[in-house]
Amino acid sequence: MATLADRDTRSDPLDAFRQEARDWIAANFPPALKGVDNTMSAVEGPSDPSPDEEAWRKAMGDKGWGVPTWPKQYGGGGLSRAEARVLGEELARAGATNPIGGMGVMMFGPTMLEYGTEEQKLEHIPPIARGEIRWCQGYSEPGAGSDLASLQTFAEDKGDHYLVNGQKTWTSGGQWADKCFAIVRTDKTKKHEGITFVLIDMKDPGVEVKPIRLISGQSPFCETFFTDVKVPKSDRVGAEGEGWTIGKRLLQHERSSLSGGGSASRLFGGVPLGKLAKEYRGEDAAGRVGDADLRMRIVRHEMDSRAFALTLRRAALEAKSNQGPSAATSIMKNVGARITQERAELTLEIRGMQGLGWEGEGFAEDEIAATRGWLFGKAVSIYGGSSEIQNNVIAKRILGMLDHQ
Amino acid sequence: MAVLTEEQTMLRDLAREWVDNEAPVTAWRKTRNAGVPAGYDAEVWKTQAEMGWAGVLIPEEHGGVGMGYLSLGLVLEQMGRNLVASPLAATAAATSAILLGGSDAQKAEWLPRIASGEVVATVAFDEGPNFAPGRVATSVTDGKLTGTKAFVAEGDSAQLFIVSATDGVYLVSGDTGVTRSTRAMADARSHAAITFAAAPADKLAGDPDLATKVADRAAVATAAEMLGLAEAAFAITNDYLKTRVQFGQLLSSFQALQHRMAKMFTELELMRSAVEGALEAIDSGRSDVDQAASLAKAIAGDVAKLVSREMVQLHGGIGMTDEHDAGLFLKRSAMLETMWGNAAYHRERFARLNGY
Ligand SMILES: Cc1cc2nc3c(=O)[nH]c(=O)nc-3n(C[C@H](O)[C@H](O)[C@H](O)COP(=O)(O)OP(=O)(O)OC[C@H]3O[C@@H](n4cnc5c(N)ncnc54)[C@H](O)[C@@H]3O)c2cc1C
Repeated sequence: MATLADRDTRSDPLDAFRQEARDWIAANFPPALKGVDNTMSAVEGPSDPSPDEEAWRKAMGDKGWGVPTWPKQYGGGGLSRAEARVLGEELARAGATNPIGGMGVMMFGPTMLEYGTEEQKLEHIPPIARGEIRWCQGYSEPGAGSDLASLQTFAEDKGDHYLVNGQKTWTSGGQWADKCFAIVRTDKTKKHEGITFVLIDMKDPGVEVKPIRLISGQSPFCETFFTDVKVPKSDRVGAEGEGWTIGKRLLQHERSSLSGGGSASRLFGGVPLGKLAKEYRGEDAAGRVGDADLRMRIVRHEMDSRAFALTLRRAALEAKSNQGPSAATSIMKNVGARITQERAELTLEIRGMQGLGWEGEGFAEDEIAATRGWLFGKAVSIYGGSSEIQNNVIAKRILGMLDHQ
Repeated sequence: MAVLTEEQTMLRDLAREWVDNEAPVTAWRKTRNAGVPAGYDAEVWKTQAEMGWAGVLIPEEHGGVGMGYLSLGLVLEQMGRNLVASPLAATAAATSAILLGGSDAQKAEWLPRIASGEVVATVAFDEGPNFAPGRVATSVTDGKLTGTKAFVAEGDSAQLFIVSATDGVYLVSGDTGVTRSTRAMADARSHAAITFAAAPADKLAGDPDLATKVADRAAVATAAEMLGLAEAAFAITNDYLKTRVQFGQLLSSFQALQHRMAKMFTELELMRSAVEGALEAIDSGRSDVDQAASLAKAIAGDVAKLVSREMVQLHGGIGMTDEHDAGLFLKRSAMLETMWGNAAYHRERFARLNGY
């Protein structure tokens, strides 16, 4: 793989932009934040941002570079994909993480850009681009998980507004969110065509959230109850009954962000497993990981991870040349989930009992974080469309196999 | 299923009935939530001892019922099914050390008190986070033992420790020169680090393989607990798939899931044979207990891991919640997979024993 240093020596049409990005980062990125990245921040809710963090978020937000490819008129950076990639490289080089993220950036924004009216875009997208607002996803219900279209939350037409009643569940970040993009039923007689996409203010009377504790000990998600919640029709996205199409499009954004570059770059960050294994398990006489069985499984995992990274790259190149998604995209979420979980399992195994610490004395912070991360990571093959549902999609849509009778 | 004597059948059925009626998973959840330092309910342990479980390995002349390892395994399997918190497995491992290496005086001193449930005993071999029986720095001078043992099961409450030192295996009672440091771990059971500072120690007889034999018995007992755990995780998952409706159908009607369940069922059958085979090998005094133990623990490790991870996955979102039992099974399984050598350790040992 070409390293950043290699690129520097090549003459590149993006050189000018690279220099601009580098200078801007140098002028605006507080050095104290170098290398600071809380991978659990998305699920742990808001922490008290330091003045440095606040300044960095504001700088990135004002510049539009938190969402570099979004159009300028809605607060985005207006960059090309190539420029955005260069920006990402320069941020990584400076040890900076993008402070603007969450469901607004990953899922809702891109969907809104496609389906929102001009007024809706102007109202909702700039606050996301500046990192000023948190969105949550009101999709799942107790009876509607994998089978999302079975949802029952009902929006009754009251002329200029809807009255929403029902229950959502597994609402990530519901207790911290300002707004919720939800799919609700407006017609009980039709399954898919009876669904409508609406935006709900989480501060509205009638919205109640109850946090649920996860097996990792964290409570990053909620049951959400709606009782006579008034949703103005101006907060409906698309036409009534078009919610399934819009909602599914949003799921595509969710899946690609869950499988894409983000998790891959994280995979290659952190301590390499081989090094960790030598540290915790010792070396044999030849300087190899002491446990031969473990050693080969680490290697198999490492090879899988590299094949995954190469696939991500190939898919990106193919998409660019074909102007459409590559067939390989369909496997990304499942491979990403598998690799993430395998890595956590191997880390646990390498550390033995030291890898199963829960809290308190005798464990380093990163050891406890790894235990909790191992448990939380069991969700990556469940949320955003479980691995089984992804396989069904691959079999039916890509391979043309039949629906289960 | 192993061929059981009438007595063993009774023991198993009683254990199963008691575990299901008196110690469901909700009981463990309550103990966990209460944060009891010992990691188990002392009253419940008393009842288990009254039923004869603490003395299941101990001969009648020392106050036990002398039924052997298959019987112990039957009880541990039932406890594993409901994640019953009990010092039985640790105490039984310690008991096996006294039975194998104890003098008449040592047996007479400790076994009756263990059989009655008065003394909780445990084995303290490891000095690091991984099972590594060869790595021992703990030493004894003038009958005083000094060293630190890591992650000792039931270390918070044990009154008797079976400790490996550079020159053999020792009995150390918990009262003098012993410091316990609690370790809060994912399974919420007791795993303390124990520091011995010139603790009075009583040597067990000098069979050079004593530590290995004890570790093998502990590994097999652990595998028996894992068998119960894996079977329950499987059964709960199977029941769930038969009640959860998505796409207008029960999940159990999807062939993708049926085949996964069929595969797990197959693996569980192999696991049962390997575990029961090892228990029987110990009882019949076979010379290849080491191989049988490694086979059992390696397969148990792989299968319990498979089934406990699938339990979470196949329950979907509900399986990720603390309120559901799947997480309790997952965490306990990971701990048992690690104790007394994980699957990788035992595959490697099996290879060595077979000259590969
Ligand atoms: C940590 C976490 C965060 C989440 N955040 C959100 C959120 O913010 N907003 C939101 O709306 N939802 C959220 N979810 C919900 C998530 O999208 C659902 O859990 C998921 O869609 C699965 O639905 P379910 O839990 O009802 O499982 P079920 O649909 O009941 O599935 C149970 C099991 O059966 C399998 N299965 C189901 N149908 C089939 C089939 N046809 N063929 C083969 N296998 C099948 C599944 O793959 C799974 O293994 C979150 C979930 C988790 C765990």
